[in-house]
Amino acid sequence: MNFKGRDIISVRDFSKSDLLYILKIAKEMEKEKPKLLDGKILATLFFEPSTRTRLSFESAMFRLGGKVLGFSDEKVSSVKKGETVWDTIKMAERYSDVIVIRSPVEGSARFAAEAASIPVINGGDGANQHPTQMLLDLYTIQKTKKKIEGLKIGFLGDLKYGRTVHSLAIALSFWKVEMYFIAPDELQMPEHYIKELGEKGIKCHKTSDVFEVSQKLDILYVTRIQQERFPDPLEYEKYKNAYRLDITLLDHIKKDLKIMHPLPRVGEISPDLDDTEHAIYFEQAANGVAVRKALLALVLGKEK
Amino acid sequence: MKERRIPAIKDGTVIDHIPSRETFRIIRILNPQEFKYPINVALNLDSKKMGNKGMIKIDKRFLTKDEVNKIAILAPNATVSIIKNYKVIEKIQVKLPEELVGVLNCTNPVCISSKEVVTSKFKVLREEPLEVKCHYCERVYEKDEVEIKRK
Repeated sequence: MNFKGRDIISVRDFSKSDLLYILKIAKEMEKEKPKLLDGKILATLFFEPSTRTRLSFESAMFRLGGKVLGFSDEKVSSVKKGETVWDTIKMAERYSDVIVIRSPVEGSARFAAEAASIPVINGGDGANQHPTQMLLDLYTIQKTKKKIEGLKIGFLGDLKYGRTVHSLAIALSFWKVEMYFIAPDELQMPEHYIKELGEKGIKCHKTSDVFEVSQKLDILYVTRIQQERFPDPLEYEKYKNAYRLDITLLDHIKKDLKIMHPLPRVGEISPDLDDTEHAIYFEQAANGVAVRKALLALVLGKEK
Repeated sequence: MKERRIPAIKDGTVIDHIPSRETFRIIRILNPQEFKYPINVALNLDSKKMGNKGMIKIDKRFLTKDEVNKIAILAPNATVSIIKNYKVIEKIQVKLPEELVGVLNCTNPVCISSKEVVTSKFKVLREEPLEVKCHYCERVYEKDEVEIKRK
């Protein structure tokens, strides 16, 4: 399989064998490879703030011996002066070998990829896609459970607006898994996703009560109720505390349930769960480095 | 003899088998204000196939491929006939392409295509009922939601 020169934009661009290959390379990237991307430069163009995505991309590039340049706030870039994304990319592609772009504008990564002659990786484009998060989630599930096939996976929180849930569910639908969508009716998984998953043979269940299904789950993927996605602040106030998982959850789960969260959390998971063997969200964030190392190496044709 | 609701044209285009409710939307996307010769429109005509239908006859004007594609978005079963000297010289069954380039506007206010100079691109997911997806923001639109470019 050859990923050299490929852009990483959307979950829709991957086949199952693409995903399996990326997971395989990510596993190899757990080893130190300090010279693999020697002489290569990554441009991180972050038009909105982000902590994990930017830091883990930078960490990945440094750990492979590459260098990083870029900006993490559009106020310090010429975009503030009115420069277009197109022109910014045309400039950055001459300074670097690979670009990561993050922007609140949906579709900007796809557009950047069309502008650039070098590979572009989407670091999140508004409410649309965040493929590297999806890949690290998938990698974390496979790493912790040693398989994906046959798992019962629960998604809890804001399933209506949560892009990570949408992308992960689509990626997981390449395997035979069972999905449980746990949310208040108003924040439930959009019907067109349920339909699409159903057409792919995925058994989907919807509930608003986490305890009704928690005993069945192998993975519980928790998401934040995202204030910024709510058109009406009063609506947000109504749902922000809909779920708060704490140590009492342990009486209602299988022994080997693993709890994931894309982070940041704002109270959905109480810190008293952090030290239990069920919590793997920090490990999940750490896996972001291996997965991003894999992607950088792959699109630069240097994975071997 | 069959009664003719709209007069025959000598040279021009006849668009037939339009769902009645889409007839005016089709007229609008063809920019009729720029046509110099008569346009005849009929709605609620009897049709064996469709129950009722709309028809448009345009004098001395032949539609471009782009215009025919636009018609296919709203009326996938329409037929476009090119008339010369009162005779049908070509009958085109409209056909939706797999991708609509530069034909629709994405109405998502946070889509890149509404912020920079971008040729819009939509993938046709389903023809009937219509469902299209913006190539950039990946938002899915149904027939009543699509906004067709006037130019």
